[in-house]
Amino acid sequence: MIPHLLSTRDLSRESAISLLDTAEDMAILGHRDNKKLPALRGKTIVNLFYEDSTRTRISFEVAQKRLSADVINFSAKGSSVSKGESFKDTILTLRELGVDGVVIRHPSSGAPQLLAERDWIDVPVVNAGDGTHEHPTQALLDAFTLRKNIHGADSRGRGLDGAHVIIVGDILHSRVARSNVWLLEHLGARVTVVAPVTLIPAGASRWPITISHDLDSALSQPVDAVMMLRVQSERMRDAYFPNAHEYSQGWGLTEERFAALSPQTLVMHPGPMNRGLEICSTAADSAQSVILQQVANGVFVRMSVLYSILTGTSEVPHE
Amino acid sequence: MSNSLLFRQATLPGGEQADVLVRDGLIAEIGTISSEASRVLDAAGLRILPGLVDLHTHLREPGFEASETILTGSQAAAAGGYTTVFPMANTSPVADNASVVELELSRGREAGYVQVQPIGAVTAGLAGTALADLKGMADSRARVRVFSDDGKCVHDPLVMRRALEYVSAFDGVIAQHAQEPRLTEQAQMNEGELASRLGLAGWPAIAEETIIARDVLIAESVGAALHICHLSTAGSVDVVRWAKQRGIRVTAEVTPHHLLLTEDLAESYDARFKVNPPLRTSEDVLAVRRGLADGTIDIVATDHAPHPSESKECEWDVAAFGMVGLESALSIVLLTMVETGELSWVDVERVMSRTPAQIGRLDWQGLSVGAPARLTLVDPGARQVFATEHLAGRSTNSPYLGRVLPGRIVYTAFEGYLTVDDGALVPAETVAGHALDYAMQRGVPRG
Repeated sequence: MIPHLLSTRDLSRESAISLLDTAEDMAILGHRDNKKLPALRGKTIVNLFYEDSTRTRISFEVAQKRLSADVINFSAKGSSVSKGESFKDTILTLRELGVDGVVIRHPSSGAPQLLAERDWIDVPVVNAGDGTHEHPTQALLDAFTLRKNIHGADSRGRGLDGAHVIIVGDILHSRVARSNVWLLEHLGARVTVVAPVTLIPAGASRWPITISHDLDSALSQPVDAVMMLRVQSERMRDAYFPNAHEYSQGWGLTEERFAALSPQTLVMHPGPMNRGLEICSTAADSAQSVILQQVANGVFVRMSVLYSILTGTSEVPHE
Repeated sequence: MSNSLLFRQATLPGGEQADVLVRDGLIAEIGTISSEASRVLDAAGLRILPGLVDLHTHLREPGFEASETILTGSQAAAAGGYTTVFPMANTSPVADNASVVELELSRGREAGYVQVQPIGAVTAGLAGTALADLKGMADSRARVRVFSDDGKCVHDPLVMRRALEYVSAFDGVIAQHAQEPRLTEQAQMNEGELASRLGLAGWPAIAEETIIARDVLIAESVGAALHICHLSTAGSVDVVRWAKQRGIRVTAEVTPHHLLLTEDLAESYDARFKVNPPLRTSEDVLAVRRGLADGTIDIVATDHAPHPSESKECEWDVAAFGMVGLESALSIVLLTMVETGELSWVDVERVMSRTPAQIGRLDWQGLSVGAPARLTLVDPGARQVFATEHLAGRSTNSPYLGRVLPGRIVYTAFEGYLTVDDGALVPAETVAGHALDYAMQRGVPRG
């Protein structure tokens, strides 16, 4: 079993599929009346959030509570960090308080890896998003959602071999895109990324992806899912693209593009959405949109990750 | 005889063996020497070089004494075989006027390990707009001839042009930190696939190369002398090579770390490897080695940049840029250039002593009778695991800790007295005493 979850790049296909299978067990539990499992009773997990993210934090918190863990929420705002405490000193403090696991969201790429590799603290670390590096639980929940929709009840033990996924938008600044690229490749899917040239990372031609700057031509191929990424308005000030209208026309999932899309193609978005910019409401609210499934599956995947890493097993007892 | 040293059977840069006698702060004799000395040192197997000269050092005093002081930085220099350092101007207050550079000069003389030859800022407060007191610093007791805003680029082309013109009147040189600021906003490491994968903002090679290209053309048009700090990319080597072929008065330096280390080290997110300009690719490393070997790059300069542990034991993008380098510089040059056959010991003397002194407008007499006795004796065959005990400065942010490095500085002599004796730093009080004696004897003005 993996000691930490820092990135999807370092995750083997076997580990990834094991995590997705355990998430299947968690999903079954999630449909019972009593949704709680006593697996992490007596364990204290801290959600160390150096960056605001209500969605991800709540998803982790629900997962932790369903596993009966004691949860501490640490937000950088209003804490010792806002008084200038160093990252290292905060971690040393947590060590002395005796936590059993850390879920960390941090604006600095690599902060979770430092936490895992330095001798500051010796507990499992789960990366909940670091800078523009990775967001592995998001990629796992995306893969879980894809697998469920493609393979249905027959999902266990399977990858995404042969599936074609298109990721559209600000690849340059997106940790979600990076984690998805690596995980989808491990699971055997084919990935096309579509963005203006300015939003493609330097050297990405060496990644296991097809790069396109033409969304219409990318969508003209058979596509299992199209994943739209959030575009931040400050990118316009930095000359990545001219304006919202041009972005939407060139790289948005507009009414016209959605109308031309095969009804079998899943519409995905990690949220929060900019409706009308990267995605139109018709697409977001359509029958082929799995955006809300992604949210629900996030809890199961995070339960699976915490369960697997903190108990050291992937077997879930069925009482 | 009270203050004479005799090095027996040292190996000169050219390979000949000779005894070297030092008396009253000067080299008294080179050859087979029968006369006695107050101390005779066995230098068999040791290579003797003129004292090393570092054109790019950060001593951090005044202002950042938690990282380094003029005394501790001088000690780091002596431990690395240096007898002259040029401290950069990014102190607090900034060295942009006569009083700060004179303070540095005085503190350096009091410490007595090396010649501390201050660099003055190009612009007031390193703000990049108004010129600093360039002539005031040139005419001061510190006799400043090298001016740099290092740490920041003089990015305004008008200011750069005026500065080059202005200092040419007193044979000054502008040492440019070539970094186009708009192309490097928030930059954390070399731009490329690795930076993209690690999620660290890229520092593209063109941000260095475009400034060098611009500045060699400005230097040509005004006939002034330009020096390029810490050149780090293959493209920069090409631009400087072109400029030299054209007869432009440009010189360039490379740091030891850019001769050895590559961007891959960032994969650990260990901020000891965070430096500006960043570590580049192996192609760049080979290109700067070739540039140093063929003379396109004139010198090796350390960019010794001490930082306290809290500035390095943290998130990569929060960490400070820079690494200490004085104590390890000669070892890295041995490893990358001498052991690979790219440079001879005569070349080492040129790139680490003679040419840096000449670019800094210092009188350099080398290993000659009558020259000031500034000497470095190194055991090239020694190899050791580089560790914090090899660091003599105040900070330990070395990228080489734990690596096996060749070469060991056995003796360093400054103005005829030892600052490193049998591999150990001579204590501060002893060195300060020698410095005082030397000053009284030679009538050097006290700070």
